[in-house]
Amino acid sequence: MEFKSKDFSNAPRVLKIRKLKVGLTGRPNAAPVLDGIDLDIRAGETHCLVGESGSGKSVTSLAAMGLLPKGALEVQGGLIDLEGFEITSASPSQMRELRARRIAMIFQEPMTALNPVIRVGEQILEVLNTHSDLSPSEAKKLTLDMMEQVHLPDVERIYSAFPHQLSGGQRQRIMIAMALILDPDLLIADEPTTALDVTTQLQILKLIAEMQERHGTAVLFITHDMGVVAEIADTVSVMQKGRIVERAPIRELLTDPKEAYTRKLLTAVPNLAPRPARGDVAEKDVVTVQGLDMAYGGGGFFRKSDRVKAARDVNFSIPPGRTLGIVGESGSGKSTVARCIMRLIDPTAGKITVAGTEIARLSRRQLQPHRKHLQIVFQDPYRSLNPRWTVARSLCEGPINFGTSRDEAMTKAAELMELVDLPRDALDRYPHQFSGGQRQRIAIARAVAMKPDLLVADEAVSALDVSVQAQVLDLLDDIQEKFGVAMLFITHDLRVAAQICDDVLVMQKGFVVEHGPAGQVLSTPRHDYTRNLINAAPGRNWDFSNYRALDHAPAPKGAIA
Amino acid sequence: MFVYILKRVLATIPVMLIVAIFVFLLLRLTPGDPAAILAGDAATPAQLDRIRERLGLNDPLLTQFFTWMGQLARGDLGVSLLSNTSVAGMVADRLGPTINIALMTIVISVALAVPMGVIAAWRHRTWVDFLVMSFSVLGFSVPVFVIGYILIQIFAIELRWVPVQGYKDPSEGFGAFFSRAILPSLTLATIYIALIARMTRASMLEVLGEDYIRTARAKGVRENVVLFRHALRNAAVPILTIIGTGFALLISGVVVTESVFNIPGIGRLTVDAILARDYPVIQAMILLTAGIYVFVNLLVDVSYSLFDPRIRY
Repeated sequence: MEFKSKDFSNAPRVLKIRKLKVGLTGRPNAAPVLDGIDLDIRAGETHCLVGESGSGKSVTSLAAMGLLPKGALEVQGGLIDLEGFEITSASPSQMRELRARRIAMIFQEPMTALNPVIRVGEQILEVLNTHSDLSPSEAKKLTLDMMEQVHLPDVERIYSAFPHQLSGGQRQRIMIAMALILDPDLLIADEPTTALDVTTQLQILKLIAEMQERHGTAVLFITHDMGVVAEIADTVSVMQKGRIVERAPIRELLTDPKEAYTRKLLTAVPNLAPRPARGDVAEKDVVTVQGLDMAYGGGGFFRKSDRVKAARDVNFSIPPGRTLGIVGESGSGKSTVARCIMRLIDPTAGKITVAGTEIARLSRRQLQPHRKHLQIVFQDPYRSLNPRWTVARSLCEGPINFGTSRDEAMTKAAELMELVDLPRDALDRYPHQFSGGQRQRIAIARAVAMKPDLLVADEAVSALDVSVQAQVLDLLDDIQEKFGVAMLFITHDLRVAAQICDDVLVMQKGFVVEHGPAGQVLSTPRHDYTRNLINAAPGRNWDFSNYRALDHAPAPKGAIA
Repeated sequence: MFVYILKRVLATIPVMLIVAIFVFLLLRLTPGDPAAILAGDAATPAQLDRIRERLGLNDPLLTQFFTWMGQLARGDLGVSLLSNTSVAGMVADRLGPTINIALMTIVISVALAVPMGVIAAWRHRTWVDFLVMSFSVLGFSVPVFVIGYILIQIFAIELRWVPVQGYKDPSEGFGAFFSRAILPSLTLATIYIALIARMTRASMLEVLGEDYIRTARAKGVRENVVLFRHALRNAAVPILTIIGTGFALLISGVVVTESVFNIPGIGRLTVDAILARDYPVIQAMILLTAGIYVFVNLLVDVSYSLFDPRIRY
């Protein structure tokens, strides 16, 4: 794979950070959040800041913007120099002057980063109104121009749209237009593509590169995704616990990482090479889905609204001990299928057979005894565990509902804690006292407590850091081996699917476009859509854990079925 | 939107019907005899019976109910048992003062409470926040009549800025209305200021933690723009709900204040009617109050969509 290799040592320095120390406000003796950060970014350079959540990446960027949360964090030492201007000692009004003009920022979630009650065009316009004296018509013209530059279609219409009326990719384009309209010298991008689909991610990365090329902007790009780093970085800084532990040009970092922590990060990165196929199982399928259809809407008292077909004619079966992955972009219907199988929603047509019983048409009451065969793990482990319940209570609730005595359920819960590698005293604690990865382990333990035949994992590792992701995937593998449970794994990330799935089903707009063994689908895809997904996966040609290119780069462009 | 409003208006019919049945039965089942009150202490049983007969109180309950319903359907609220004048006229005479005082109260409350809440949220956990919250607790805990008498003592008796009691319609000059309405409005407003300020603060605190507030600051816009353009509109829905409920409660809850300040509003009308067991007036008042609640709620629901484009009916 090709890396960027331009030399920036002669380009003017845009941002210089020296010995930056950030700590909790009013507690100079507490452990600092940032401890002696040094960073240089030159004009036209893309500097990637990588590290796990909590490593201080975002705090570094907020410090540079002068946007550290008031009353919580403060700069306790060091300097941040933006082209000769010292930011740490700037007054609030000086800082406001600087923002958007010299230093701009785009954020992770374009939905939440845009104000939902103001038209997007006006949100861009506001930058001009704040920092320039353009006449209203000039300002509007400039805004529309900028919207064209970020390749938004039909700019007049989008100008007066509200954020919720746009797609994720369009919203991020609005953010980029807003950030770049005054042609700042430094753009800080904080995980700008993490919440987007791979194909959209690719477009947004290209757009940022294009704008950078055109305006010579320096970019500080924060991400946890090594694939993205491989695609766009000139220089990489690896952060751990508030320090930069390694800094190197991209090729050097990926081929010859010096630090143990960098190696650990890289080793955890999943790649697109599918797991070795597991032998066939002779046993009967745990779950069989035939002709599943799901349509939303169509209600309405005075006016019939259009029905949205979220899943059409979905067929598959999973034998015990095997994993089927459903992949696709957001809106492809993958979660709809998972929810139908869980009977969290009622499918419009089709058959779902679980452990020998057809459940698609059962009433809530009839379904109750069969619920224990089906368990699900959701994406966000914090929101899926009751924050006011102890872990023990969450773990015991299900078994008690199905007739287990309280003592027995507690004993079982303690065993489960061991299984998911958490201390026993974790049982008496509450979800907020755990890290994201630990919470997901609890969510998995809760599902396994029911001894299900089918475990559905709906984007179960998407919210986790790669290193934690790898551990949770391992845990799921262990559990599958131990209990022989069948698993339905919903993910938008093909690399994750490659690591855990035996079979893969690719969905697009409610249709199944491809279904087959993971090895076959991921290395010789038949459908264009699958090929596009694979081609859009960042860093797909690089084997991060072995510091070299992948031998068989899957699905080369233009591969013919 | 039109269809939605139509649906909501149609939905009020069963609500009002249930209220009507409930109030009718409640009045007939509570002890007390309007005829006895009307006739005075010296009346003989025969006189009482004649009065009951004349007022239709001897009819079976069902007959009485349907007579009343029939009147209502024709838009007739009936005749007061006590004064023998039309209930509709009595209510109309008294509604003006009550609504004017309620409107003024709400305007004062919103004008003071919303900025207070916004600033308290902005200066979260500083002395400003503490001050606003302390006032809020005070506003909740001191009874309305105590506040009323304190205000009268200070502004009417000591400072002699305004009259002690009474009411003048705005048509008789705004100054005359204002000087008499300001104390009762302030009295009533204390609790709503406390309530709305608290709700504004809580709602703003939530919104100020949102990503788009950070985006606004990253654009370099001034703090007042961040607070009022970016944050307040997003915080509006719960605040509107409180204001709407507050207004409806005001209409029905002015009894004490109207007594303290001697204002001829519906609060006093209701109290007098209840003491006299004047069934038609009580029934009309309760139906009116229910109607105002339903209407204000509809108004609040519709106004949500003005503040938040994601809400569409």
